[in-house]
Amino acid sequence: MSDTTTTGAEKRAEKLDSASSRRARIMGGVLIALALLVLFALDVAPGESATFRLTTPRDAIQMSPLVVPGGPFNMIAAALLAFLGVRQFLKGGTRWTNISLGIGLAILVMAFLVWATAGKSFSLTGMLQATMVRAVPIALGGLAGVLSERVAVVNIAIEGMLLAGAFAGALVGSLLGGWVGMFAAILTGGCFGLLLAALVVTYRMDQIIAGVVINLFVLGVTSYVSSQVFSEYRFLNNAPTFRAFKIPLLGDIPVIGPMLFNQNLFVYGALILVAVSTYYLFHTKNGLRARAVGEHPRAADTLGIDVYRTRYIHVTLAGMVAGFGGAWFTLGSVGRFDENMTNGRGYIGLAAMIFGRWHPVGALSAALIFGFADSIQQKLALLNTPIPSEFLSMAPYIATIIVVAGLIGRSKPPAANGSPYVKE
Amino acid sequence: MSDKRPDLKDVNERMRGLMARTTHGRDDFEDLVIVPLFAVVVALVFGALIMLATAVDLPTIGRSFVALAVGSVGSLSAWSETLTASIPLVLAGLGLGLGFRAGLFNIGAEGQLLMGGLAAVVAGFTLSGLPWIIHLPVTLLIGALVGALYAAIAGFLKATTGAHEVISTIMLNLISYRLLDWLLRQPFIQREGRSDPISKDVPPSAELPRILDFIDVNLRLHAGIFVMLAAVALVYWMLFRSKIGFAFRASGENPSAANYAGMNAAFVIVLAMGTAGALAGLAGATQVTGVLGRASPGFSAGIGFDAIAVALLGRSHPIGILFAGILFGALEAGGRQMQVDAGVSIDLIGIIQALIIIFIAAPLLVRAIFPWGFRKRGKKAGEA
Repeated sequence: MSDTTTTGAEKRAEKLDSASSRRARIMGGVLIALALLVLFALDVAPGESATFRLTTPRDAIQMSPLVVPGGPFNMIAAALLAFLGVRQFLKGGTRWTNISLGIGLAILVMAFLVWATAGKSFSLTGMLQATMVRAVPIALGGLAGVLSERVAVVNIAIEGMLLAGAFAGALVGSLLGGWVGMFAAILTGGCFGLLLAALVVTYRMDQIIAGVVINLFVLGVTSYVSSQVFSEYRFLNNAPTFRAFKIPLLGDIPVIGPMLFNQNLFVYGALILVAVSTYYLFHTKNGLRARAVGEHPRAADTLGIDVYRTRYIHVTLAGMVAGFGGAWFTLGSVGRFDENMTNGRGYIGLAAMIFGRWHPVGALSAALIFGFADSIQQKLALLNTPIPSEFLSMAPYIATIIVVAGLIGRSKPPAANGSPYVKE
Repeated sequence: MSDKRPDLKDVNERMRGLMARTTHGRDDFEDLVIVPLFAVVVALVFGALIMLATAVDLPTIGRSFVALAVGSVGSLSAWSETLTASIPLVLAGLGLGLGFRAGLFNIGAEGQLLMGGLAAVVAGFTLSGLPWIIHLPVTLLIGALVGALYAAIAGFLKATTGAHEVISTIMLNLISYRLLDWLLRQPFIQREGRSDPISKDVPPSAELPRILDFIDVNLRLHAGIFVMLAAVALVYWMLFRSKIGFAFRASGENPSAANYAGMNAAFVIVLAMGTAGALAGLAGATQVTGVLGRASPGFSAGIGFDAIAVALLGRSHPIGILFAGILFGALEAGGRQMQVDAGVSIDLIGIIQALIIIFIAAPLLVRAIFPWGFRKRGKKAGEA
C-alpha cells in the first residue's frame, strides 16, 4: 500500500510504464520458455525430415513437395525463439513485444509441424484450406464484435448470435432450402442484435450481463427445441449444405487457389464482408460517425449524430453478420443442428477482435491464426503424434489467453466502450 | 478501460456511498422484492408461451407446471432434492457475487468447480485411511484450494497484463473440460478395469454424510448444507465487516478511487478471484463428496453457469444469493420432475432462468412491462 500525494499524475504514468514493461518482460519469459520447449520437447531424431505436400495429384498445376530437414530446422527455430525472448527480457521495451510474440508463435507452430511430420508426409495445402474454412465463423464473430464495439457496445452475445444463426439456418433450411435458411439465419442474428441493443441502449442494462444472458437464453431455447422437437421430427433438422465452388483460373493457383478460391459461399461471404466493412468504417461518412459514437458519444451527440440510433443500427448489423456466421455451422458444413454446436467459437471471435485491434482485417487475420490452431489438431490426429488429443484441442484456447494477455495493453478499445450513454 | 481521471469529488462521493448504511426505503423494497417476483412470474409465463410455440398442448403445460411445483416443494423428498441442488449453486454463486462486488466478471466458475471437484476426488481416494474428522475437511479444503488456484490464473493475468477476465475465464473453462477428460484417463485417477474416463470412488470417510437418512435412506440431502450456510455467513462477514471486503467493494465501485485510497489493485484482483475460485472449488468438492461420489466428464452439469444467474438474481448479496440459489435449486428439482411427468425437456428450465436474469438485470424493462406496482419514474429511474 503506497501513499499518494501531489504527484498523482506522474506516479500514474510511471505505473503505466512499469506495467507495460512488466508485460514485455513476462512475454520475454514466455518466449524463452517456448525456446526450451522446442529444444527439448520437439527434438527430431537425426536424419529425419518432414515432407509437406503442396498439391494433390488431381490439381492442374503440380508442385514438388517441400522437404525440411527436421533436426537442423528445429535447432534454428529454438535459437531464434531464445534470441527474441532474451532480447525482449533484457530490453524490457514494449515496442516490439507484439511483433516478437507474433513471430515467436509462428516459429513455434512451424517447429511443431516439422516435429510432428518428421519422417512422414503431410498435406500443407489441405491444412491451409481447412484453416480458411474454420476461420470463417471466428472471423465473422470477430467482425460482429468490431461493428458493435466500434459504437461502444461490448458484445459478449456473439456466441449466442452464432448459435441462433446456426439453429435458424438448420430449421428454415430444412423446410425451405438453403438460401432461405441463410436469410433466416441472418434475420435471427439481427433480431438478437436488436434485442441486445434494446437491452443496453434503451434499458441501460449492464452490457456484459446482457450478453451473457442472451447467450444463456439462446442456448436454452435451441437446446430445448432440439431435444423437444428435433428428436421427434427429424426432417426439421436436415438442411442442404452449400457446396464449394471453384472460381475459374484463380482456383488453379497452387496452394493459394484451394485456400481462397475453391470454397463455399461462407468463405467468400466472410472475405467480402470484411472488405466492405473496412471500407465502410474507415472510408465513409457514416463509418466515421459510427466511430465517433464509440469514441466520444457526447461529442458526437453535440454534432447532431443520433447516438442511440447509430448504436441500434450497428449492433443489429453485428447481429446479422454473426447470424450469417452461425449459418456456417449448419448450412456451411454438416446441415444438422446439435446442442451448443458453436462451442465457444463466439468468444474466440471476441478474442480475435481484440487481437485484431478492433479492425475488420485484423480480426480476419487473427481468426486465420485461430482457424489454423483449430484445424491443426484435426490434421495431426492423422499423424499419430504422441501428444494426447485433449491437449491439441486446448491449443486454440491457450493461444487465446496468451494473445489476450500479451496484446491488450497495445491495442486500444474504442474509448467509450462498455459505457451506456444517457442523453441529457 | 477505466482510465477516467478520478477527480476528488467523485472519489469522495463514491466513498461516502460505500460507507453509508443501506436505507430500507420503498426503492429497496421495489428492487429487492417486487422486481425479482415479477421477473419469476414473467419468466414462467414466457416459459408457457415457448411450450405453446413448440406444439405442447395446454393440459401438458398445466401438468408440467404442477410437476414443477410438486417436484420442488411438494413433499419432504422434493425439499431434499431442492436443497441438495441448491448447495453447489449457492456456494459457487457466493464466489461469483463476491467477484461482482469487486468489479470482476468471472465466468469461470464452471472450470473452477470442475478442477476443485476433481482435486477433492483425488484427495479423497489418495488420503483414504484417515479418520473422517480429518479426511473430510482436508478433502473439501483441497477442492477449495485448487479452485482458488485455477481462478487465480485469470486474476493474475488481469492484474499483471490487463487481460480481460471474461475472456480468460471462458478460455479456462474450455481448457478445464479437456484437462478433466485427459486427467480422468490417467492411471492413478481412472478406476481400475475401466476404459472410459471415470475416476475412482471417494471413500466413505471423505463423503459428506446424508443428514435425513434416518427418515428415509433415499433422501439425498447431505451435510454440505451446513458448509453452504457457513459460507453464506463467512462471505457476509467478509464483504461487509472486514477490511478486505471493503477493499473488494471499493475496487468494484471505482477502481481508480480505490487505488488512490491506497488499496493495492493487483492484490485485490488476485485475492478476489482466488476467493471466488475457492468457493466454486468448494461447490465442486461438496458435489462430488455429497452427491456424485466420483468424477466423470462434465460432472459440473452447468452449475457454474447457473451460478452466474444465481449471483445476479441475488444482487451479489450473500443472503440474496442464498434465496436465489434455493429458487434455482427448486427449478432444477422441479424441472426433473417435469421431464418425467409431462415429458417436457428440462432445457426449458434454462430458458426460464435466462429470462429471470434479463428481467432482474434490467429493472427498467420490468418497469416498462409492469408500470403499476412501482412509483412513478422519478429520481430513482434517473440515476439507475
